[in-house]
Amino acid sequence: MWQAFVRWFHKWSSPKWFYTMSQPWSFWLGWAATLIIAAALVWGLMFAPVERLQGNSYRIIFIHVPSAFLSQAIYAAIAVLGLVGLVWKMKLAFFVAKQCIPVGASMALLALVTGAIWGKPTWGTWWEWDARLTSMLVLLLLYFGLWALHNAMERPESGDRAAAILALVGVVNLPIIKFSVEWWNTLHQPATLKFTEAPPMHPSMLIPFLMAIVGFYLASMAWVLMRTRLEILQRERKSRWVEDELNRFAEGQ
Amino acid sequence: MNPKRKQRLMLILLGTGGVAVTVLLVLFALGQNMNFFYSPSDIARGEAPLDRQIRAGGMVREGSVKREGETLKVQFVVTDFAADVTVEYDGILPDLFREGDGVVAIGQLNGDGIVVASEVLAKHDETYMPVEITDALERAEQASNATGSNAEGNSTPTSSYGY
Repeated sequence: MWQAFVRWFHKWSSPKWFYTMSQPWSFWLGWAATLIIAAALVWGLMFAPVERLQGNSYRIIFIHVPSAFLSQAIYAAIAVLGLVGLVWKMKLAFFVAKQCIPVGASMALLALVTGAIWGKPTWGTWWEWDARLTSMLVLLLLYFGLWALHNAMERPESGDRAAAILALVGVVNLPIIKFSVEWWNTLHQPATLKFTEAPPMHPSMLIPFLMAIVGFYLASMAWVLMRTRLEILQRERKSRWVEDELNRFAEGQ
Repeated sequence: MNPKRKQRLMLILLGTGGVAVTVLLVLFALGQNMNFFYSPSDIARGEAPLDRQIRAGGMVREGSVKREGETLKVQFVVTDFAADVTVEYDGILPDLFREGDGVVAIGQLNGDGIVVASEVLAKHDETYMPVEITDALERAEQASNATGSNAEGNSTPTSSYGY
């Protein structure tokens, strides 16, 4: 069982195998994500009932929470990939980690912007320096830092290593984001979704909410796979199979 | 795992673990400074400075909101159910401000123990319920109060959502 997993993992760690095999994956993940997100948003924004206190303004939760979840999940993935890349010297792990950055940064930015838009009508302010909001801003800045490190290095391999180290150091921010609303007084409310108890949300709102989260996960995976294929083409451009692939593009097939 | 990889793995884990412990220690050393607001208990213990801009947060005590005639002036009591603090405010309250719900008042604590607020923010909780269900629950509660019977045996399916 374990040996089968190792063999499978080794196959996927080859850039050429990844390039070829990820194409159907990103295609189907992308379509599934589009359909699920569309259904979740139509349901959530148009058909889910009005909230008893917040009225219609709560509906931004169907975008705000999925994007906030993904911004943290993608950061965790970057750190794990960085660790794998550093310890096992696996270049594909670095390629994937690098192309996770713009996806995660977009999610963090989306979460902050939708949070501000939600905050104005409910709290009465766009922004306050409470622990949750500030630690999410730090996450966005970490993403910018990772991207800057990749671009600052002359040799892409140095950028990979430097960014992996920064990603691992920044992991400490993830528990801070998660527990900020429990450790300290914050303007932000505590989490609605918990592993330990039933969420205090009516099923007519909860189902589209969970669908949106699943959809955002699938969309991010598809997006990362697509971006990684471009990264492979660029980084492996001197290898024979990439030259063939690029010639095939040039001939317009 | 070969020794070289094992060494790299241990080095990285020790390094990041060390950074994580340092950051968390710093955060807990900051203590009160990490909090967005003082609770009424903090203020009662004298932790909040006088005549400086502070934030005071808690629940608006039921029945404590007093408005002054034709003006926007309003006074209410913020409680954490252990201590109370009175807040005075002259301005427009946010839509979600209501008795029994969370609030954060930004202003100065004066010598009488009153927070003179220049801004009031509403907190909301993590509960999301449709209007119709809340209305139905309230009607059911009123009906059971009126007849004096308890609601046992015909509890509504949403009773597990914190009502």
